[in-house]
Amino acid sequence: MTVDAWLAAALADAERRGLPALKPLLETLAKSVAALRRADEINRARESGERALSERASARVEGPDPR
Amino acid sequence: MTASMESLAAAAQAIRTRALSPVELVRACLARIEARSDLNAFVTVLADHALADARRAEESIAHGRYLGPLHGIPVSIKDLVDVAGTKTTSGSALPAHEAACDAPIVRRLCAAGAIIIGKTNLHEFAFGTTSDETAFGPVRNPHDASRSAGGSSGGAAAALVEGMCLGSIGTDTGGSIRIPAAACGIVGLKPTLGELPVAGIVPLSATLDHVGPMARTVADAGLMFRALEGGRVEAPAAATGRLRFGIPRAYFCEPLDPGVNTALDRAAAMLRDAGHDVLDLHIDDAAWTPDVYLHISLPEAAWYHAPMLERFADRYTPGVRLRIEMGRYVTAEDYVRAMRLRDVLRASVTHALGTCDALLLPALAIPAPPIGATTVDVDLTAATRAPVRATMLKLTQLFNLTGHPAIAIPAGQGSDGLPRGLQLVGHRGETWRLLEIAKSAEAHIAAGPGSVGGGTG
Repeated sequence: MTVDAWLAAALADAERRGLPALKPLLETLAKSVAALRRADEINRARESGERALSERASARVEGPDPR
Repeated sequence: MTASMESLAAAAQAIRTRALSPVELVRACLARIEARSDLNAFVTVLADHALADARRAEESIAHGRYLGPLHGIPVSIKDLVDVAGTKTTSGSALPAHEAACDAPIVRRLCAAGAIIIGKTNLHEFAFGTTSDETAFGPVRNPHDASRSAGGSSGGAAAALVEGMCLGSIGTDTGGSIRIPAAACGIVGLKPTLGELPVAGIVPLSATLDHVGPMARTVADAGLMFRALEGGRVEAPAAATGRLRFGIPRAYFCEPLDPGVNTALDRAAAMLRDAGHDVLDLHIDDAAWTPDVYLHISLPEAAWYHAPMLERFADRYTPGVRLRIEMGRYVTAEDYVRAMRLRDVLRASVTHALGTCDALLLPALAIPAPPIGATTVDVDLTAATRAPVRATMLKLTQLFNLTGHPAIAIPAGQGSDGLPRGLQLVGHRGETWRLLEIAKSAEAHIAAGPGSVGGGTG
C-alpha cells in the first residue's frame, strides 16, 4: 500500500469513527511512514550491496586456483 | 533539609550509626510531601504504612539486624508499578486495579529494607514527556512551578528534589527516567534492556520498556540499582584511569538550547582537564531514530490499550487517547520495517562505542518547558520552533531502541535558573561499569559556577 493510499484510508476511518482530531496526527504519521520506508530502502540496498561484495569476495577465495 | 537527608548514602550512614531514626526520616519526608502538595508529585501517600515500617526498621536496627544501605530509607514508586494493597492508577481516570502483590522490583526493594512512602504522579500511562496529561493534576517543577517536571516519571523527580523521599523508581520507554531527571536536576538511570524485571508494571511499549532508579547522586542510583537487581547493596566505586568519552554531535546536538550547549562544552572541558579524552564521533543512521521509534512504540501501546479503548475511550486525557489511536493505523509491514531498522541502529551505537568507554551527550535539548506548551523554541538564536514531545524525546529514545544503558546527570543550571542535564551511555550489559564511569565523571559534569551541583537540586 502506498503512503498516499494508506493516509486516505486512515483519514476516512478516523472520520467514520468520529475522531476528526486524529487528522493532523495521521498526516504527521504519514510523513514518518514515508521516511521509514526510505530508510528501509537504503538499508536493503546497503545489505544487498554488502551481500554482493561478500559473494564476490568468497568467489575469489573459493575460485579456481590461479596457480 | 538536614545534612543526613541530602543523599541516600548520607542518610544510610546516619541510620547505620543510629544518629538518624528511620521514623524521624519518614516523618520529615511526609512533612515535605504535605508542604509541597502544590507540585502534585504524589498520587497516593502511604503515611501509616511507611511509619509502621519505619518503626519496625528502627527496632530491627536497634537489635543489630541492619540489612544494608537501604534499610529504613523512604523511597517512592511510580504509580505504574504494582504495590500490594494499593491501586495502580497509571495517572489515569480509567478504573484502576488494586494490586494483589508487589511487582518483583518492589519486593526486592522491601527485602533490602526500603520503606515505600507512596506512589508518584506521571504522564498518563507513561505516554508523554511532560506529566501534565494526568488525572491527578500536572506535576510542577520544583525549580519553577509554572514549568513541567518532565515526564513521564515527573512526580518521582519532583519528589526527590523536594526531599519527599531519598530514592524513586521510574520507568523509561523513550526517556521517561532521564528526561524528568534532566528537567529537575537529579540522576536517572535506564539500565540495559531486560536487565531488571518489568513484571507487575503497566506496559507502554513492551519491547522498549525499562525500569530503573532515580536519585540525587550517582552513588545513590547505584545503591538503588543493586537493590533492584536483588544483590548485595553497594555503591559504585569511581572508575579509575584515563577514560574516553565520545560526543555524537550530528543529529543529537543540532539544535540545542544555549544553556544545554554550554553545559556540554563545560563538561567536555572539565573532563579533559581531569586527564580524560573527549572526542567527537558519529552514530550512523541516528536520524532514522524518531521514525523507527514511532512505528514500534505506537502499535505496541495500541495493542495493550485495545480492550480499554473499547470500554473507556472517553476517560483518557485527549492527547494520550489520540496517540494511542494513532497506533491502530500502523501497518504490520511498517512495524516489521521498524524492527529491522532497530537492529541496524543497535549495531550503529555498539560500533560508535567501540572507540570509547561511554558516549557523552545532553539528556534533554531544552530546559523544562512551560506546563501545557505544545511547541518550543529550541535554539533561541535560530528561532527553531519544534513540537515539545519530539524535542524532549530526541536525545534519549535511541537508547531505548538499542537497549544500551544510559544515565542522566545534573549539569548545572542556565541563566533562567532551570537545571540542565547531560547523559552518559555505556556498553550493553555493562550498567555497573557505566555507574562507575558516571561516578568518576559526576563531579566534572555537575561542577562549575551556577551549578546545581551533584544532584542536590
